Amino acid sequence: MSKMKKILALLMIAILAFTVVGCSGGDKADDTKKPAEQKEGEENKATDEQLKITMVTDVGGVNDQSFNQSAWEGLQKADKDLGTKSDYQESHQDADFVPNLETALDAENDLIWGIGFKLANAVYSAAEENSDTKYAIVDFSYEGDEKNFPDGTPDNVVGVVFKQEQPSFLVGYIAAMMSETGKVGFVGGMESEVISAFDYGYQAGVAYANKVADKDVKVLRQYAEAFGDSAKGKAIASSMYQQGADIVFHAAGGTGDGVIEAAKEQDKYAIGVDRDQNDLAPDNVITSAMKRVDVGVYNVIKDLKEGKFPGGTTVVYGLEEGAVDIAPTSDKHVPKEILDKVEELKKLIIDGEIKVPVDEDSYEEYLKTLE
Amino acid sequence: MERLSLNDLGLIIGISLMYAAPLMYTALGGVMSENSGVVNIGLEGMMTIGAFVGTTVAYFSGSPWLGFLMGGLAGGVLALLHAIACVSFAADQVVSGIAINFLGPGLALFLSRVFFDGATMTAPIPLQNKIPRPMNNLFTKGSFLDLVLNQYATVYLAFLLVFIVWFLLYKTKIGLRIRAVGEHPKAADTLGINVFRVKYLAVILSGVFAGLGGASMSIAVVSNFRATLISGQGFIALAAMIFGKWTPQGSMWACLLFGAAQGIVVYLGGTDIKVSSQILEMIPYVLTLIILMSFVGKATGPAANGVPYEKNEA
Repeated sequence: MSKMKKILALLMIAILAFTVVGCSGGDKADDTKKPAEQKEGEENKATDEQLKITMVTDVGGVNDQSFNQSAWEGLQKADKDLGTKSDYQESHQDADFVPNLETALDAENDLIWGIGFKLANAVYSAAEENSDTKYAIVDFSYEGDEKNFPDGTPDNVVGVVFKQEQPSFLVGYIAAMMSETGKVGFVGGMESEVISAFDYGYQAGVAYANKVADKDVKVLRQYAEAFGDSAKGKAIASSMYQQGADIVFHAAGGTGDGVIEAAKEQDKYAIGVDRDQNDLAPDNVITSAMKRVDVGVYNVIKDLKEGKFPGGTTVVYGLEEGAVDIAPTSDKHVPKEILDKVEELKKLIIDGEIKVPVDEDSYEEYLKTLE
Repeated sequence: MERLSLNDLGLIIGISLMYAAPLMYTALGGVMSENSGVVNIGLEGMMTIGAFVGTTVAYFSGSPWLGFLMGGLAGGVLALLHAIACVSFAADQVVSGIAINFLGPGLALFLSRVFFDGATMTAPIPLQNKIPRPMNNLFTKGSFLDLVLNQYATVYLAFLLVFIVWFLLYKTKIGLRIRAVGEHPKAADTLGINVFRVKYLAVILSGVFAGLGGASMSIAVVSNFRATLISGQGFIALAAMIFGKWTPQGSMWACLLFGAAQGIVVYLGGTDIKVSSQILEMIPYVLTLIILMSFVGKATGPAANGVPYEKNEA
């Protein structure tokens, strides 16, 4: 019997090994070998050598129908237009960030992306330890967090942030104009700087519509404290619809799947986030606050290619750069007059006539300017 | 403070049922396996593969019921591995369970990439192809009865399954054998019961139930699978089974309690009561612990639970 146990132990090891391979994705094994081979022959090539770029996803995985996917689309566009070679490492839990960045480093990439503010710490320490490698992080500004990062952005890192409050303002305006019940909802993932920009931008949009169209639309807000709990998203959205809301906007990643599911089941409206989520429920998702992570990612890679890598800084993309917007499918559900007004609002925002708030303090100030 | 209206109560009950149903299937799986003396901490992995297979089959075939059954079957196949390791080869049941918990999600992601162009998230099933809601449109939308009873069929089946498992374990010959094997396999063996066969049956059924639990997440609660869909439910179900003292009815109450705590949290979050959402998020876990510690008392499982049975040992 003990021989059997040994065989079994081996079997279990084999299963574990197989699982690890399964997790890290099919073709990774080949990819890690290639750069080493390439390096030997072409060590002294100039900068137009093929750039090797990889990204480490947040826990949603690369096909999250949201910002990880959008980032990956940006990398693929760079592959096509700029001739780079891209790859990704998926994280399934927070503990994967560090090992994934390590793997990315071992594969000798020219630029390593961390997708999402949750990777801020991991990217920071990786960049400190490997000052020859370039890093970039989406949705996080090291300058903006002096408490934890007093030295700001390291020279080999670029922060890419989006003015998510701007499209949130626009969808807030749309929601308020379209609501028949006078109540709209907001479901947040986790309380954080990024999500609060969605939250207050949205509220400001509703407040603006209330002012100009003489309405009295209320906003119900709730945070799920999770980005991957679809059941909770569904429960919260159901509760909001029950309280009389007819349109719910989510900024909650995978939790938002549940929000859209609730809208689908109860035949109510939802507003998607990050990318055009209309495909998840074509009859119910009226618009989406799009954050074109792909545009931001692509722009930084383009700069790197042209030797203008903005290391040590945080670049901010907004409506002006076309990096945030509302979904192109909005015209399916939103009346034309409202969309025309949205175009006007975009101009006002770009010109600085409307300063969209990003947190509670700036929101209070914004409300004063409305009076 | 707002008053709790009848509809709010309906909402809380409705959310509880939605949350509890997948846990109930899975906890029943735990009940089956552990009553036969095989510890099954691989429930999470079996749930994950069930969730993936369920929604994938439903997506491609257009039949949610076929998807639901195949989800159960996929869980059963993983459980077969667990049974081979733990019953035939007397391996450490915890180690094998951990391996299953790695294998389930790994396999699900791998297959997802194969079937959905490299994506780790499956495409959503259209509403008309989801598991039916038998009492949809029966009551006024948003009324108390609608909020409580307008659930997916999987919720009702979960309760039915509780009864079936209870009947099986306590009212049939095979149930008596399963429990005998879990309490004292040597005695059962002496009386001519095929211990291995009984254990195999119980472990495989446990995987089937866990697979159904996963599938009920991916084709009823939501309509697609993603890597974070099953994140801890298998372990919560395992805890519910222990709190339920290894009985189907006890596990059911524990799952409902957990669901109710979630429902209350969602309700509180929607009121004007100012509580930080991080604190609220802890409530289901803390509440479950406190209630179970104060009212349930000592949990004692089957006597030979976790001990591999080897025929030839003295």
